[in-house]
Amino acid sequence: MSAILIVEQVLNGLQVGIMLFLTAAGLTLIFGVMGLINLAHGSLYMIGAFAAAAVAGATGSFLLALVAALAAAAVAGAVVEMVVIRRLYASDHLDQVLATFALILIFSEGTRWVFGSFPMYLEIPEYLSGPVTLPGGIQYPLYRLMLICVGLAVALGLWFLIERTRIGIQIRAGENDREMIAALGVDISRLYTLVFALGAALAGLAGALVGAIQSVQVGMGEPVLILAFVIIVIGGIGSIRGAFIGALLVGLTDTLGGIFLPAMFKLFMAPASATSVGSSLASMAIYILMSLVLVWKPTGLFGVRG
Amino acid sequence: MTEPVLETRNITRRFGALMASDSISIELWPGEIHAVIGPNGAGKSTLIEQICGGLKPDAGQVRLLGRDVTRQSTAARARAGLGRTFQISALAMEDTVLQNAILGALGASGRPWGIWRPVLKDRGLRARAEEALHRVGLEDLTAKHCADLSHGQRRQLEVAVALTLRPKAFIMDEPMAGLGAEGSKRLTGFLDGLREEAPILLVEHDMDAVFALADRISVLVYGRIIATGTVDEIRANAEVREAYLGEGA
Amino acid sequence: MIPERHVNAALLVGLVAVPMWALAADEPYTITLATRAVILALAAVGLNIALGIGGLVSLGHAAFFGIGGYAMGILAFHAQTFTPLDFGAFSVAGTKSMPVIWLAALVLSALAALVIGLLSLRTSGVYFIMITLAFGQMFYYFTISWSTYGGEDGMSIYVRNSFPGLDTLVPVQFFGICLILLCLVLFLNARLVRSRFGLALNAARQVSVRVETVGLDPTRLKLLAFVISGAVTGLAGALFADLNRFVSPAMFSWQFSGEIMVLVILGGVGRIFGPVVGAVVFVTLEHVLGGLTDFWHIYLGVILLLIVLFAQGGIIGLLCGRRVHHD
Repeated sequence: MSAILIVEQVLNGLQVGIMLFLTAAGLTLIFGVMGLINLAHGSLYMIGAFAAAAVAGATGSFLLALVAALAAAAVAGAVVEMVVIRRLYASDHLDQVLATFALILIFSEGTRWVFGSFPMYLEIPEYLSGPVTLPGGIQYPLYRLMLICVGLAVALGLWFLIERTRIGIQIRAGENDREMIAALGVDISRLYTLVFALGAALAGLAGALVGAIQSVQVGMGEPVLILAFVIIVIGGIGSIRGAFIGALLVGLTDTLGGIFLPAMFKLFMAPASATSVGSSLASMAIYILMSLVLVWKPTGLFGVRG
Repeated sequence: MTEPVLETRNITRRFGALMASDSISIELWPGEIHAVIGPNGAGKSTLIEQICGGLKPDAGQVRLLGRDVTRQSTAARARAGLGRTFQISALAMEDTVLQNAILGALGASGRPWGIWRPVLKDRGLRARAEEALHRVGLEDLTAKHCADLSHGQRRQLEVAVALTLRPKAFIMDEPMAGLGAEGSKRLTGFLDGLREEAPILLVEHDMDAVFALADRISVLVYGRIIATGTVDEIRANAEVREAYLGEGA
Repeated sequence: MIPERHVNAALLVGLVAVPMWALAADEPYTITLATRAVILALAAVGLNIALGIGGLVSLGHAAFFGIGGYAMGILAFHAQTFTPLDFGAFSVAGTKSMPVIWLAALVLSALAALVIGLLSLRTSGVYFIMITLAFGQMFYYFTISWSTYGGEDGMSIYVRNSFPGLDTLVPVQFFGICLILLCLVLFLNARLVRSRFGLALNAARQVSVRVETVGLDPTRLKLLAFVISGAVTGLAGALFADLNRFVSPAMFSWQFSGEIMVLVILGGVGRIFGPVVGAVVFVTLEHVLGGLTDFWHIYLGVILLLIVLFAQGGIIGLLCGRRVHHD
């Protein structure tokens, strides 16, 4: 096992983690501000990917495709918030789970109805394909490197938005005390729609970006949703910082576990059973990580509420 | 007895910069009603939570029947003999009056794991629950759902559930809150007789009730006990008059 | 408003009458549908013990359903290949006997529920939902990578398992077995709700702090509910596997966790017969709407949304009024 392979896998882990962060950030923001658990967040991820694939297919422009993904997911998010979600803020979690589960059914089957059951493909544009040579002579796909950079830029932007802008102050106030910001004259329902659309747009962007290296298909959002839940549990609900750390941990654990656990077991087991045991364990690695965090800190690394 | 039934020794609890409990020492002796009074925000709820186990103090000890229970759970303290009533009724609203009282009896029995025999047909539990309901005057409402009770009836049920535990000490958090003059008077009469059974730590806003019932009063202001004494001593205390009675009465 | 027990009685009569009619009219597919409804009902009755009485919003009950299914699959696989099930230190023979398989399914899913419950109950609210979902997913990915038992493709069991004195290959006889098990569990559930444990658990859902104040530990009450609940759903998983003679990681899928929760809500959460109503309506919808359009899940989604937003208490709530009676 060479150093180059390790660096490569670490970069892959970062890339996976940072894309997961985009999805988890929206989810945790929505929970933090509105107290809502949104299972349909994965559908918004899927909508972003489909919008990007459709626009890229029609225009051939990857940039337009990303814009379309952001817009489609944000609009879908805003509409869903105004039609359904805002009736659920006062409801208990069970109702939120069921209503957003219903939304998944509607979105998934609706997408299948419009686009069919076959996967769509979103091509990586010419100018982003191919490998780049990193310091140390490591060859790494340019597109994946771009994903890491875009993700970090978005994370930075999100930090700026929340810590340094007027709207960020309102969002943080909303996390602490709903009545308070209403009393200060902030239009709370507009703020909620905005936060929801923002979270949706982040998920949609992630869907489009990842869609170019995987296939775009119905049901692509749910595995990401569940990973985002694991991330939030690890990082602490409502904490963007926790989501960031959690996402990187999950991305790295998942990627490195898949490569290194089977290799590790080969040191003291027969190769065939080592591969089988190692990959079984690797598939559970992030959940084991989650359990450990849970035993150690039931409210997550950066969480305060139970 | 050489030790109080219930005692806090210098318990201290901070919330950020706020000193909610500042080295509070309170004793509850057999046969007495010890009232804790103080303006809003004085830290009465924080004190009760630390005594009952909902909050852990940063420093200091809570002792029940001579044993340190500071690290014990709410449930363990209840089993050791602490009976509590809540300021805002904490009752199973979907259940009937009898079911709520039986829950108390069930807790006292320590055996909640039966999954076969109907609990309402359990004579022992039922007798204990009905006795407590009878004592507070709810015997005619046993089949009524809690959600349909009046505010005053819920207060009565709160006390009844605590009675089913046959506790060694009662903690009552504003039992008179929201009761009319009549209800207040009736409950005052009832608590008056209860002190022989087990002493009561009474947190109360209703000064008429406090002055009528309390053997001793502690005055809590900004997380500190500024005075403890008999009713007459407290009435005469200049610091109390200034800090508390001066504003209210 | 109709008394709830009339609805329950009508339901039971229907569950017996429809397959009898199907038998007379030689409509074996209807019997299979009814069997499917009964098994799904059993899975949902299991969930309802945690969700309806204990207030535990578990989105990971597919884990127990799948464990029950794989308990059946693994035991039957070793029986049909005549290979022992090897645990290293000792080995056991596979079996085709339903009672033994049920016992294995009950015990294994109860154990899994104990472990998951111990971890998940350290938290509450929305954490609990996410964690149970994540643990369910853990089993899903584990079985996908478990190549010994078919991995992603799952495995087929060629002949339905046996029950002493019955021919389980006859649809109506297998249906009878499932219905009797369902009735048995419903009866146990009804006893449980009225028992000491039921009263305490019911209170723990409503006011946890009150339960603590009378000296009981709400977490332990909820843990036992979770274990019983997981065991019942596991039993349903074993029956479901026998119905299809097939097990696959899909039994562990989180969509299935969502679906059994839908069954409970559709019928009426916390009602003993709620899950049964939900399962019957679900299977009927699936059959009728599924025959009309490939996209019937859209309609299911809309119905579910309408129920959550406008008809809390589910179908039984609509028929019998909002209040749940446990006395």
